[in-house]
Amino acid sequence: MNREISLLQSIGLGFLGLACFLGFWQGLAMSGLVSNIFLPSPIEVYDRFTTLLERRFAGATLPGHLAASFQRFAYGFLLAAAIGIPLGLLMGWYQLLDEIVSPLFDALRFVAPIAWVPFAALWFGTGIGGPIMIIFAGAFPPCVINAYRGAKFVDPRLIEAANMLGTPSHRVIREILLPSSVPSIISGLRVSAGLGWQSLVGAELIVASAGVGFMMVQGQANVSTTTVMAGMVAIGLVGLALDSALRLAERIIQRRRGLDN
Amino acid sequence: MPRRITIGLATILSVCTLWYGLTTLFGIIPAGRFPSPAETWSALIHVSGRGYGGGDLAMHVYNSLRLVVMGFLVAIMTGVPLGLLMGWSRKAEAFINPIFLIIRPIPPLAWIPLAILWLGLGDAAKIMVIWFSAFVPSVINTYTGVRNIERPVLEAAYMLGMPKFRFVTEVMIPGASPMIFTGLRLSLQASWTTLVAAELVGAFYGLGRVLNVAQQDLYPGMILVGMIAVAILGWGTTRVLGMAEAHALRWNTAALAAKG
Repeated sequence: MNREISLLQSIGLGFLGLACFLGFWQGLAMSGLVSNIFLPSPIEVYDRFTTLLERRFAGATLPGHLAASFQRFAYGFLLAAAIGIPLGLLMGWYQLLDEIVSPLFDALRFVAPIAWVPFAALWFGTGIGGPIMIIFAGAFPPCVINAYRGAKFVDPRLIEAANMLGTPSHRVIREILLPSSVPSIISGLRVSAGLGWQSLVGAELIVASAGVGFMMVQGQANVSTTTVMAGMVAIGLVGLALDSALRLAERIIQRRRGLDN
Repeated sequence: MPRRITIGLATILSVCTLWYGLTTLFGIIPAGRFPSPAETWSALIHVSGRGYGGGDLAMHVYNSLRLVVMGFLVAIMTGVPLGLLMGWSRKAEAFINPIFLIIRPIPPLAWIPLAILWLGLGDAAKIMVIWFSAFVPSVINTYTGVRNIERPVLEAAYMLGMPKFRFVTEVMIPGASPMIFTGLRLSLQASWTTLVAAELVGAFYGLGRVLNVAQQDLYPGMILVGMIAVAILGWGTTRVLGMAEAHALRWNTAALAAKG
């Protein structure tokens, strides 16, 4: 618990850290201690990345693979949100539904999303249906849980006040319950997007004929470490962009509610 | 609470009845899509007796469990100290954080092809990916836990001139431990997901291997057995961790209970 450090010092140390990391990597790759096929240097990975932007590998360019992955991701994620959020809200409002669904949900939660791959392939094939189901399996639980929490932990005084004033129940739902669950739902969506994106990569490694995950598996089969690493960079960048977008949405909504300090 | 349990049991019972009805009695779900209870049972007998996908059930379970435990232990033994260090020193935080920021967005599953390239299909590659996936949550939560220790506690420790070592063991670690355990739970979940994925991509034995072979053989009963086994193991290890947490945080829950 050392004393605070200045912003300048913190930025400087940050750059030093990055430089050490990249320098160590580059040095190790250039030293010849490890073979180049095994560990390409960061510069080679960057070169490969830029080449992949234009040249086709495993059937498409890197943007092409990314587009294929992203399309699947969007379907699976939207499906999970469209089913998960209403289900979570209803579970939060109606105790009976909560008591019926919770045991099933708890049992299914321990099945890792990726363990659905064989059934997904069996039921929906390996084209677009199977991967969508895996994304759905990954993105669904956080949607449900957070919508549930949002609906469950509404300030009871608000509902009591509304009831006392004789507000009809559909208006209570629309004007109190729904708006006060929104922040929790948005954080759920952020977790969902992260897990969904990760599940997609897993699904594409195992069953797919296009997408970034598929490109990486092909790179691995061809012992092209640079392709694998370029794929990792691309996946990381898209994941980061998704997370930042939802984080921004979270902040905008909180600010509008006056929840940020 | 009893009402909850009754309804829960009724739900599970009706799902089982529905399963039996749809697959066996009315045959609405074809056997090639989803197994009937009888088929699942025979698959269980098959894998635990004669064996399937290179070994019997006990061996697959043993191998998966062993890899998860090893990867998880390596991850927390490296992750928790690093988190403590980053929480302890602002300089270490400033130094390490940017590296973390660029590695963190890469999902653990994306390391699998690289791990296979580097280490092949054996145990080492699995442990490497599990390490990567379980490492990040344990670092971040430990670090957050240290940062969230209340200031007066830290100041009191300083004022009383506590030696550094005792400060770490008696203030920092206990103060951060609720968050550390949250991180461990996330790490454990990530370990299972990653292991199953890694074994599905390529392995000689393990539950993921069973799933993979069953998928290729179009053997729905065996797929279901594999999934149930993964779920039970995930649940069991989470329970063990929960017990460890309850034991380690006795003082904390006791204090909370006393406060009312």
